[in-house]
Amino acid sequence: MVEYRGKSIISLNVNGEMHEVTVRPSDTLLDVLREQLGLTSAKPGCLNGDCGACTIAVDGLPMKSCLMLAVEAQGHEILTVEGLGGMDKVQKAFVDANAFQCGYCTSGFLMVLHALRTQKPIMPAEIEVEEWLQSNICRCTSYQEIRSAVKLMYDDTLSNKANQ
Amino acid sequence: MIAFDFDYYRPATLDDAVDAFLQAESKGGDALYYAGGSEIISMSRVGSIEPSAVIDIKNIPECSDLIIDKKHLNIGSVCTLYQISESNLFPLMKLSCGRIADHTNQCRITLGGNLCGSIIYRETSLPLLLSDAHITLYGKDGKRKVPFDSVFNGRMQLSSSEMIVKIHIPIWALSAPYFHIKKTANEKIDYPLISIAAIIKGDYIRIAFSGVCSFPFRSKKIEKVLNDRSNSIKNRARRAISLLPDEVHSDGESSGEYRLFVLENTLLEILKRWENGRI
Repeated sequence: MVEYRGKSIISLNVNGEMHEVTVRPSDTLLDVLREQLGLTSAKPGCLNGDCGACTIAVDGLPMKSCLMLAVEAQGHEILTVEGLGGMDKVQKAFVDANAFQCGYCTSGFLMVLHALRTQKPIMPAEIEVEEWLQSNICRCTSYQEIRSAVKLMYDDTLSNKANQ
Repeated sequence: MIAFDFDYYRPATLDDAVDAFLQAESKGGDALYYAGGSEIISMSRVGSIEPSAVIDIKNIPECSDLIIDKKHLNIGSVCTLYQISESNLFPLMKLSCGRIADHTNQCRITLGGNLCGSIIYRETSLPLLLSDAHITLYGKDGKRKVPFDSVFNGRMQLSSSEMIVKIHIPIWALSAPYFHIKKTANEKIDYPLISIAAIIKGDYIRIAFSGVCSFPFRSKKIEKVLNDRSNSIKNRARRAISLLPDEVHSDGESSGEYRLFVLENTLLEILKRWENGRI
């Protein structure tokens, strides 16, 4: 049985690299990513799982890192915006569609859409895209631009589909 | 940040989980079984609960089944709402799961967590109440498999140290005609004003509710009235709302009076659809 009491050293696979961190069992993954690994793309927002600013991908699925313990994340593949590398399709689509204003929510949107494309390589129905996007809040209301970015992100699959 | 410490255990067997629970309790602490953990983390963060230990049951194989055998669909307690939805094995459950919280949280919230949580709506219970589901529980006295409605009376009635292992849904329910509707006061993603699930078995409508009272329920009295075709649809809906098992729920989202208004009109809509063969 895996067991942690008090401060313990654990290994986390973040963006393809193993990191040793010292955590309390009650530390959230968000706090450990930001404060121990310096990966500040995941943003603290509501800290309650509502806003989506802290979204990361765990084993290819979107997760709100404020609602996950760091100790639970062992053995899983964690991906943050830093791990996307800057030229990922979703990042390029956001730049091309000007899909942000203040940018605080952007990394959460990037990760939820990266996960969407990982899980659904061909653009799903509009309603399904909407369901995924509803997990995140943008208070500058860049929603239309974000929708445009989704279409751009899937552009290559759409043209492949049209050619079939 | 959670401002206090707790111990964390991740057992690989049911026995180890119960042992860890009992050990933590014997030290005078409050232990909690932990699956998705979203409610435990958010309530711990604001200081509403202060567990001394959390026992993460996600690594226990029996709790993560999602399989059909000859008689049942078996869903492990740590299956996430997203897994259940994507499997599409039980369409009514897919609709219930798909309207709880938001999509990202559905990747985290588990069936067991939704049933055992303190949030009053527990909407995954509705398809289970309608389908004669059974539930397997495990605790210090061993395993027991019982009808779901014998241990769910608005909330789970578990003995100390007991956890949900899995749910068993009879095969007939997976292909039965069904209806699901969730109405919210404002945003699509919100707690329900009312949430209604229905299954048709034979020529009889079974119906269960969340949000109407301060607990989810299935009412056989209401079903009897709704199935009485000697009465008009309007009269049946009107009589049904007079048979609620408790006071209608009233909160910041809506007054009880408004909930009743929405409930009556939604029942009318469901009855019309049913009678027109659109369920």
